[in-house]
Amino acid sequence: MAEVRDFSIFVRPAEGGKSAMDLAVEGIHCAACMRAIEKGLSNEPGVAGARVNLANRRVTVEWDPVRSSAERILDRMDQIGFKAYPFSVGRAESAEKAEEKRLLICLAVAGFAAMNIMLLSVSVWAGNISDITPETRDFFHWLSALIALPAATYAGRPFFESAGRALRARAVNMDVPISLGVILALGMSVVETLNHAEHAYFDSAIMLLFFLLVGRYLDRAMRRRTRAVATNLAALKAETAVKFVSETEIRTLPVNALVPGDLVLVRPGERISVDGVIIDGRSEIDSSLVTGETRPAAVATGANVYAGTLNLTGTIRVRVSAAEEGTLLAEVQALLDKATENRSAYVQLADRAARLYAPVVHVTALVTFLGWLAYGIGWHDALIIAITVLIITCPCALGLAIPAVQVVASGALFKNRILLNAGDALERFAVVDTVAFDKTGTLTQPVASLMNAEDIEPGLIALAGRLALTSRHPLATGIAKAVGAMEPVPGASEEPGIGVTAEIDGQKAFLGKPEAVGMAFEAGAVLLARPSASLIAVTWGDRKAIIAIGQRLRPDAKEAIQALKAAGYRLMILSGDHEAAVREVAETLEIETYAGGLKPQDKIARLEALRAEGHLALMVGDGLNDAPALAAAHVSMSPIEATHVAQAEADAVFIGDRLSPVATSLAIGRKAHRIMVENLWLAVIYNFIAVPLAIAGWVTPLIAALAMSGSSILVTLNALRAGRKASVGKPATESLS
Amino acid sequence: MNVLVYLVPLALGLGLAGLGAFLWSMRNGQYEDLEGAAHRVLDDEDLPRSSDVPKTPG
Repeated sequence: MAEVRDFSIFVRPAEGGKSAMDLAVEGIHCAACMRAIEKGLSNEPGVAGARVNLANRRVTVEWDPVRSSAERILDRMDQIGFKAYPFSVGRAESAEKAEEKRLLICLAVAGFAAMNIMLLSVSVWAGNISDITPETRDFFHWLSALIALPAATYAGRPFFESAGRALRARAVNMDVPISLGVILALGMSVVETLNHAEHAYFDSAIMLLFFLLVGRYLDRAMRRRTRAVATNLAALKAETAVKFVSETEIRTLPVNALVPGDLVLVRPGERISVDGVIIDGRSEIDSSLVTGETRPAAVATGANVYAGTLNLTGTIRVRVSAAEEGTLLAEVQALLDKATENRSAYVQLADRAARLYAPVVHVTALVTFLGWLAYGIGWHDALIIAITVLIITCPCALGLAIPAVQVVASGALFKNRILLNAGDALERFAVVDTVAFDKTGTLTQPVASLMNAEDIEPGLIALAGRLALTSRHPLATGIAKAVGAMEPVPGASEEPGIGVTAEIDGQKAFLGKPEAVGMAFEAGAVLLARPSASLIAVTWGDRKAIIAIGQRLRPDAKEAIQALKAAGYRLMILSGDHEAAVREVAETLEIETYAGGLKPQDKIARLEALRAEGHLALMVGDGLNDAPALAAAHVSMSPIEATHVAQAEADAVFIGDRLSPVATSLAIGRKAHRIMVENLWLAVIYNFIAVPLAIAGWVTPLIAALAMSGSSILVTLNALRAGRKASVGKPATESLS
Repeated sequence: MNVLVYLVPLALGLGLAGLGAFLWSMRNGQYEDLEGAAHRVLDDEDLPRSSDVPKTPG
């Protein structure tokens, strides 16, 4: 059976009847790489153009579909020396890109308007204390209105729309006082201009929009960059499946081209990339990445299999299915829906501040109006002063206080190879006091490796590695990879289910089941010390050893756990694996609280119990069975190797072998939260100074401009501190009810 | 104050020209890959070879 690759799902039509495709490419980092790729692809017959995007590590290729094909282009990339993986830009990413572009245009418009109005305003301010004629001043005010009104209508839309949405939902967010402030400032200025007054606030309104748009834009740009990296990483996994396109013909397809009902072939040693039902064949399945259970399970026709599990021994045919009643997937989905509902009760810091802030400000303005009216200065002047109060309290600093910190902190996380999925995850990181880990794939590495290499003589280990190259069994692949064997033993043969035999220097060599060479007793001894291991015997003449293969802890697991402990977090392991395997890991890492054999709902129950005691937890997990717990926990993280469902639920994803990102995220989250609160207080202090001045009626447009830009710059500078290296400190003592 | 009659439109015109240039460059995709642009400037392939460049005297 010849294998044909088919990447047509990634190809999109381009202008002039051409085809186009986006590729995520590993290892582009310099001008030379860019040139090599662009020239190399352009020399390929049929290719119309290739453009590298270095910031996103991507290449866009356009070609004539008659003269070339996606497969040819991928082969060409291989020849040039770059691993390229096709992908489709997700809908979420293109929507975010469009939104970012819109914000940038709004920002440009606001910037243009702010500069030109300021030019006129400064002339008026200077003229007011010297010799400006009332006619000239009116002319400048009208000119300002001419610029400000259309500019604010255009550039203010992100705020007006968001405020409108909030009001329709009968809620208040930060955009409500912002929109109100801008609209009132503009309206009052027009009225004042009609009355030939000395002051107009066009500059304040536009400058406010400009500052706030800067914050929004940076926030969005950071988020899109994170999303682009996440999309690339998903593409680099290059998950493919072998599909039967007819009874006998198979074709290698990207996983997302499969639909329920398709038939796929899974050979021994391959990871199953779809959810489905076995319709033919029997095998053993390692579900450790999905359920946490490290012992393989025997499966036969009719059994359900899940994406992410590893097919160990036999070739099976699987019919792709959607989530069906009664399967693990359906159960997980139901739990997920419930958990997500519960979590949406959390209110972001910014919205909580807005809820407190908006009524206070609006009541203050009203009281000011009534107070001056009672004092007897006439309703026109009283109204002007009341509106000045609203303008000066318009939460410029408040609107920047939190987004600015989020931008800087998620940038710091990004540098530590942590991708933030949810914007408000930072503040949730800050308030947890408990960290719950899944075991398999989270505390341990996702790929099995040698556990007792130091107990075995090196010659025998090297031999085991070479013998292992003959077999496709995942345990054998694991040994070969761990040893770094390159050279297979000539003449070695594999007996499926038993092991590999060969003859070296006239002596028989064997790698496989311990029982097959009468080493069951030795195997039992090793198993006693490492209950979670899978055992393989290796013999060469009289020399023999038992190799234990298993889940190795992440290289820095001990240090990371110690650091978290030292910082005062309560730690626990919630695993779906059997009790003995969990105990072994818990004892090594000195984590006192652990539980094994947990089902998805048990994990949620544990987290709920914690919450009832007033503890908020960070859940770190990777399996399909962890997904509901990830959604139910106050905040959650996944390693990048996690199953799709788990990754979609996690608030943050970390890249790499190490566990230390967990502690780093908590530290950065706490620091970010502290600075957010500081910034909110700075905004409050600003108001304490500015509001009495406004109530007294002393605020001129010049003072408003200075106060607003001064406070905005202050909170932004303060936010920059969130990016400095954070240490693992004490967890928050405050707990949210 | 007659000077305002042409100074003000001039100032606004310059500002609008700047805004227009920015919007054009953005639509044109010039901000798609800022990192790449920083490297592309080092690419000498689009220049004539150094032997073809006339030496400046001195």
